[in-house]
Amino acid sequence: MDLNEYVGLFLDESMEHLQAINTSLLDFEQRMDDEAVIDQIFRSAHTLKGMAGTMGYDAIADLTHEMESALDLVRSKKQPATSELIDVLFVAAEQLETMVEDISRGGKGKLDVTETVNRLKRFIQPNDVQVETNVLPTTQQNFECDVYSKAVVQQSIAAGYQAYVLSVELSADVILKAARVYMVFDRLQSLGDVILSNPTSDDLEQEHFDTSFEILFVTQSEKETIREAVEAVSEVANVSIVPFETTSEAEVATSTLQQEPVTEEIQKEATSTTSEPMDVTAPVASKTIRVNLERIDRLMNLFEEFIIDRGRLERIAAEVGSPELTDTVERIKRGTNELQSLVLTLRMMPIEQVFNRFPRMVRSVSKDVGKHIKLHITGAETELDRTVIDEIGDPLVHLIRNAIDHGIENKADRILAGKPVEGNLSLRAYHSGNRVFIEIEDDGAGINHERVTRIAIEKGLITEEEAALLTIEEASMLLFAPGFSTAETVTDLSGRGVGLDVVKSKIESLGGEVFVETRRGEGTIFRISLPLTLSIISAMLVELGKETYAIPLTAIIETTSLRSSSILQAHREKVFDFRGQLVPLISLNEVYGLPQHEAEAYSVVVVRSGEKLAGLIVSELIGQQEIVMKPLGSYLEGIRAISGATILGDGQVALIIDSNALLRK
Amino acid sequence: MEQKWVVFQLEENSYGIDVQSVRSIERLIPITRIPNAASYVKGVINLRGVVTPVIDLRSRLGFDVIEETEETRIIIATLEHGDAGFIVDRANEVVESSEVRIEPLGEQKQEDASYLTAVAKGEDQLFSLIEPNRLFEDIVHA
Repeated sequence: MDLNEYVGLFLDESMEHLQAINTSLLDFEQRMDDEAVIDQIFRSAHTLKGMAGTMGYDAIADLTHEMESALDLVRSKKQPATSELIDVLFVAAEQLETMVEDISRGGKGKLDVTETVNRLKRFIQPNDVQVETNVLPTTQQNFECDVYSKAVVQQSIAAGYQAYVLSVELSADVILKAARVYMVFDRLQSLGDVILSNPTSDDLEQEHFDTSFEILFVTQSEKETIREAVEAVSEVANVSIVPFETTSEAEVATSTLQQEPVTEEIQKEATSTTSEPMDVTAPVASKTIRVNLERIDRLMNLFEEFIIDRGRLERIAAEVGSPELTDTVERIKRGTNELQSLVLTLRMMPIEQVFNRFPRMVRSVSKDVGKHIKLHITGAETELDRTVIDEIGDPLVHLIRNAIDHGIENKADRILAGKPVEGNLSLRAYHSGNRVFIEIEDDGAGINHERVTRIAIEKGLITEEEAALLTIEEASMLLFAPGFSTAETVTDLSGRGVGLDVVKSKIESLGGEVFVETRRGEGTIFRISLPLTLSIISAMLVELGKETYAIPLTAIIETTSLRSSSILQAHREKVFDFRGQLVPLISLNEVYGLPQHEAEAYSVVVVRSGEKLAGLIVSELIGQQEIVMKPLGSYLEGIRAISGATILGDGQVALIIDSNALLRK
Repeated sequence: MEQKWVVFQLEENSYGIDVQSVRSIERLIPITRIPNAASYVKGVINLRGVVTPVIDLRSRLGFDVIEETEETRIIIATLEHGDAGFIVDRANEVVESSEVRIEPLGEQKQEDASYLTAVAKGEDQLFSLIEPNRLFEDIVHA
């Protein structure tokens, strides 16, 4: 049996189950006692295991097996769920996704999952040591520490971090207490994460403390490095650093906490601190069948043919003048109109499946950069063409990461700006007219357009003079210019050399546009506008000799008639005066290799590409029409100044003029 | 292994194309000229809603270009980069491999034409086997 035939099916179904796991995990995090959610994850893991086993993807099978076992314990109430378990499940889901993606790229779906499997095993069979550790006294340095912070520490330790308690003493005659505290925090943030402080950071900021304070800190740095960093702050008299846990065996400690039943408190905390799918209502399973996209495309093509024949039939009916025939044709017409709107919606899908991956992504990315970010999703049910859905994911990932990384300030800056520590990121989709809008809004610092402009000048993207004329929005759009990257420190997330210009060109290739709206100190909105369906555009049909061509209406400013006497010659180029501006005149007959004729007057279509204008001479204007854009196919891809083709009412093919290419020259 | 070819003619010369790569054989339909393409590119046709490129095989293989006749056909082939058609004088025969013997090309022919792969000889027929993908190389940049 050739398994290759089944890989496609396996991939489709795995993606669906992974999506279900991801969505359910986020729910699970909110409602750890919800049996339906646990059940959902369990079933998806189970199905995945079965499929992966059959296909011989052992790593996936192993991992899902352990997930299943762990969830079974929770499901049968033999063990309570822990936040550690949820974290491991998230990691597992991520690894499953990596493997499935690998398979989709033709790989073998192999990944070292031992650590995750072991972590799951520890949940399933907590080792005996744990009983002893339970009776061990907890550390004497133990901080007044709530369960949530404890859980964070546990997760960090599991991820290979060390937890320390730092006792910092400032010199007795310290003048700028709050500033020193801020500097200590600032230095520590660059080495790891401050979990808690005693007194609280608010009190420290208000200088409501004597001269010493304690900090619970997780880091991968050495003790000495931390000490040096803190001691380098002036007016710090003394620093003592002790490990947070009594026992150095992080593993033992981990299992201690794993066993701690999750309390109400954590759940509340978790709700308010982690990202979550806010307005996404529980999906109601709709009855669907999977249809190959190619078949739908064929259906659409055949249908268009049919529409063309219907046109012919209408003409014949009008000529013949038989009432019976006319009646029948009229009925066919009504039927096909309905069919047409139905066929067009076949390719439409809710954007939900793109949005669905973001809650988890925002959760993990914001964790990585140490920011608290809440994600709000609205309009996930908004429908878009399948092709757009397939392509829009990456640009959105990029913009969201950008918002988390550069948009929303770090915690300290937010506090200084008097904002809540938790940042907000909104992802919205909605229809307006025949376009779909997707917005990514953050409540961060806004775009520093002066800095953006400065960098653009430094990089030679614009001149000082040009910069002076820019509006705030225009300056912000420089972010999308090729060769621009604002990240002063290159982080893992943004500034990887792949700039926002890639996002912009991707969106434009889908017929879309991107805009920025920003308010200093209040936040930024990136707004993407996309066509509802890719393929239908309004165009002006024109005749060149005996050939028919289409010019997209979006490129046209106006059509006009030009007397040959008003054509001027400027440096071997024909130009004419258009609203007081000299505009080059292009003979389309010449461009497309047709004979040119002298005439008294010419029909001219004035087109624009960016700032440039040009007049295109055509033989005749036929009229405006909605056309279905079709590709010329890869064999004819490089044809100059032709962007595609369309099929006219009489079944003939007309070429679509690429006025952008004409103006570029 | 059993193989079949669609056999077609240009003047008195016969060529065979693997039946597997033939999507359909069409009567002549209106063709829209593609400007600035290679001279042998006839244009594009509307093939059941799909815009499909068509080349004039006579021109491509260096024969004289003639007026189309009642027998003129467009053979639509499924190729590496999608479907494409080529115009032939006649196409009305399918030959099975059991009816012919396959022989290598003469040296002269090998140099002349990269699109020919072998010669098929039967009792009362002879045709050259053609590799259609080669016909459509460089149709834009030629």
